[in-house]
Amino acid sequence: MSPSADASSGPPSGLRVSVDLNLCQAYAQCCYAAPRHFRIEGHEALFYDPAPAAQDRDDIERARVACPVQAIRVEDPERGA
Amino acid sequence: MAQPPGRALIVGAGLAALRGAESLRAAGFSGPLTIVGDEPHPPYDRPPLSKHVLTGAVAADATTLPGRHGLAADWQLGTAAVSLDRQARTVHLADGRALPYDRLLIATGTRARPWPNPHEGRLSGVFTLRGRDDAAALRCALAAGPRHVLVIGAGFIGCEVASLCRQLGLPVTLVEPGPTPLSRVLGSTVGGLIGAIHAGHGVAVRCGSEVEWLEAEGGRLVRAHLVDGGSIATDIAVIALGAVRNTDWLEGSGLSADCGGVDCDARGYVLDTDGQPDPHIAAAGDVARFPHPHYGGRRVALEHWSHAVAQGIHAGRLLAGAGPEVPYGALPTFWSTQGDLVVKSAGLTEGADAVAITQGDPAAGRFVALYGREGRCIAAVSVDSARWLPAHAELVAARAPFPPRGAATDRPKAVTILEPGLP
Repeated sequence: MSPSADASSGPPSGLRVSVDLNLCQAYAQCCYAAPRHFRIEGHEALFYDPAPAAQDRDDIERARVACPVQAIRVEDPERGA
Repeated sequence: MAQPPGRALIVGAGLAALRGAESLRAAGFSGPLTIVGDEPHPPYDRPPLSKHVLTGAVAADATTLPGRHGLAADWQLGTAAVSLDRQARTVHLADGRALPYDRLLIATGTRARPWPNPHEGRLSGVFTLRGRDDAAALRCALAAGPRHVLVIGAGFIGCEVASLCRQLGLPVTLVEPGPTPLSRVLGSTVGGLIGAIHAGHGVAVRCGSEVEWLEAEGGRLVRAHLVDGGSIATDIAVIALGAVRNTDWLEGSGLSADCGGVDCDARGYVLDTDGQPDPHIAAAGDVARFPHPHYGGRRVALEHWSHAVAQGIHAGRLLAGAGPEVPYGALPTFWSTQGDLVVKSAGLTEGADAVAITQGDPAAGRFVALYGREGRCIAAVSVDSARWLPAHAELVAARAPFPPRGAATDRPKAVTILEPGLP
């Protein structure tokens, strides 16, 4: 894999996501809600995209709400949240 | 009762600083707020730096944290604080400016402990991993397909980097002076179990071993020489020797501070060298050393993500003057993702005199270890068993008797009490 193949950071106006992985217990509800931005690796290691594109905000919001332990935080500058 | 808001200043622009700023505002502080950071970047999340940034799944500059919008803060990034004058209530910056404050939050965090030989530490191919730029540089080097990676130090960062190299298909050696990986924090009993999992994934684990010097050809790392006389050919070395707290700028301030942190009282106010609190200054995050009420007031400085959040929030409320001044005492918790393996912990293992596997089976690679001291539960560590951790954390929070009573269906029939093997 070359460095140029790496993930892009997305536009600066996009969403910002962080997950409290202390709280996360790999219920994987976010992975069903937004499969392109959340996935479980191994038994319980959560991968998440910290900078999703703004047009994916509905998926991200579904993931945030679906989390049984409310571990997902989302900032959406365009919606002032 | 209503005091003028005055000026708030936060030195440091990481997680504790950002959550502290949010908390200050949420608690009603409406005055001017300035945030100073030595790096040019807005606050970013560090955990991905030693994981998905290194695999290339996440770009280093995608780690910017949520929470900056709506803060109404003046961000002074790319310039470090160099001194603190508490009489004049002023912080001096490297660019010569002086910023006044009425409420100051110290959240300058830590930096990677450098390789002891500065010349060798600057060789091409030698890396430390603390900041966003460090992660971007190491990602580039790993993506270029090195023949071999050497990780020096098998603490959490070292184990994360080594296991991730295996995920990238790179040959990797993990060198550690202790008896097992993670032995300083988890003890050699649990550290040995986790080390065996990494070895099973192809990490060459060399414990009881130490790198003496790094050999270069044309300014590029080619080989690491061990104290015992052996050597390891390698084109990359990741120095993972822990962190040093950023307190140098407090020298001469009259505050009680050293490379182990700046001392705080139970509420979070910093202490001067006479042990008196300064009610204008609080500290939070990695840099704050404070008496932990759950552990008999032992002074600790915790490098945990959740601690930076919780203590940042606590300090923001404190500096806002909101509500009663209560001691800070969140139960320490952390996680570490090592390859696909998730290690989580609640409580502090230091001083444990016993450990027991209370859930799962180490042979299956999934278990919970409970640590005891003088007949009480003091910490719990889960390995790929996160859903069992909250119940164990409750035992720790309650200082429940150790070994624990009760019989979960999948608890080993006879709980064996082991030596934790802590240093």
